[in-house]
Amino acid sequence: MSVVSNKIALESFEEVQEHYHSQGWTDGFPIVPPTPEAVQACLDWAYMRNDQLIGIEPVRERPITAEKIAISAVMAGCLPIHFPVIVSAWTAMLKEEFLLHGATASTGGCAIFMVLNGPIRQTLGCNNQFNALGSSDRATSVIGRAIRLGLINILNVSPGTIDRSTLGHPGKISYCVAEDEEGTTLGSLSEGRGFPPEVSTVTVFAASSPRQIMNEWTTDPKEILDTYASEMKSNLRNYSIWSGNYAIVIPKQHRDHLQKAGWTRNQISHYLFENARIKRSEWADVGKGSVVKGKGEKEYSALHSPEHLLIVAAGGPAGGFGAIIPPWLGTKSQAVTVSIGACVDCEA
Amino acid sequence: MVISVLNPTFEDNAAHFKYAPRVETLSNKKVGFISNGKEGTLGFFTHLDRLLRSQFKVADVIWQTKANYSAPAESSIIEQAQAWDLAITGLGD
Repeated sequence: MSVVSNKIALESFEEVQEHYHSQGWTDGFPIVPPTPEAVQACLDWAYMRNDQLIGIEPVRERPITAEKIAISAVMAGCLPIHFPVIVSAWTAMLKEEFLLHGATASTGGCAIFMVLNGPIRQTLGCNNQFNALGSSDRATSVIGRAIRLGLINILNVSPGTIDRSTLGHPGKISYCVAEDEEGTTLGSLSEGRGFPPEVSTVTVFAASSPRQIMNEWTTDPKEILDTYASEMKSNLRNYSIWSGNYAIVIPKQHRDHLQKAGWTRNQISHYLFENARIKRSEWADVGKGSVVKGKGEKEYSALHSPEHLLIVAAGGPAGGFGAIIPPWLGTKSQAVTVSIGACVDCEA
Repeated sequence: MVISVLNPTFEDNAAHFKYAPRVETLSNKKVGFISNGKEGTLGFFTHLDRLLRSQFKVADVIWQTKANYSAPAESSIIEQAQAWDLAITGLGD
């Protein structure tokens, strides 16, 4: 099948850039010209038809087709080998529980945080150590960007149109990380969410910006996690009190201490579920006394349940740093994990 | 050298929606509010309710609030809206 999108004839590489920028089809950075050949190569790699329906965005009843996703993937700099990840990420974002329209339109200004698991990380040459949250490698950078460009072009999620973010954050440019599965004994995020280790997955999460923490002065797991809990409590006070998914990114130094002491993902999740809590009265300490409304003793946990914690092993080998990544809207938008190029729960 | 590139945007130009018939007057009409439930909507809709009743002599004003301000209205609200002459919705922060 040949491409179905309208073709535009332009005179030069520079003219392509100016035309796409002038139409509002970019994120402000240069794009790779989405030629019919490059787009078709992505679709062929994934054995997908051009008009294959990936899903329908329910609020605006807009069909999302493979070719349109492929165009934005090429524009972002993706190779065909990256394309199946992007298709899977869209599949995940279009699940009802993800609440895609709200996540991309809200004044809250979240971005789509993605975590890659399984063999695909090595196939794509992802780097999950140094600078893990900051354009650490080609694959995660262009995959994250492809999602943003797809939102801009297929769903009109441009600043001031559908995207009503008051501030947004830099994760909107690209917000993708591959988990350091080889560097941890905690098991992977996707295993914790029910997927076999040999299956590649992508997890999408409507998320605020990372909030970095540092504690180099202890090896005690509880003390280390108390620092993460403190930052989660800070988010409850200063941003939103609603519980939901939280991601924590644990680099190697902290992981080593946790693992040496025999802690598991389950223990970490339960510890933070129990300890990342505040009372509503604490809102009064940060200038929000007017909404305490006589319910000061009511307690709020950052996590809706221990299972709502997304533990991600990633980051450079040295440094007592870590990060928490808060949710955009409590439990009203939930993280979704889907397989890449495999069916693990569908009927035969 | 001519470079052929593809339009990245949604290009289906079919009109899936059409406007509901416009009302000629608000007098004696049943007006529904579909609030997104945010804090700022209370004052706005309270004032609008007052204006509609006092100045425009509507028959009734019905308030409904979505359970999730970022999701579409529940089907129960949409069903109830069938009995309204007009609805006011789409309010943000």
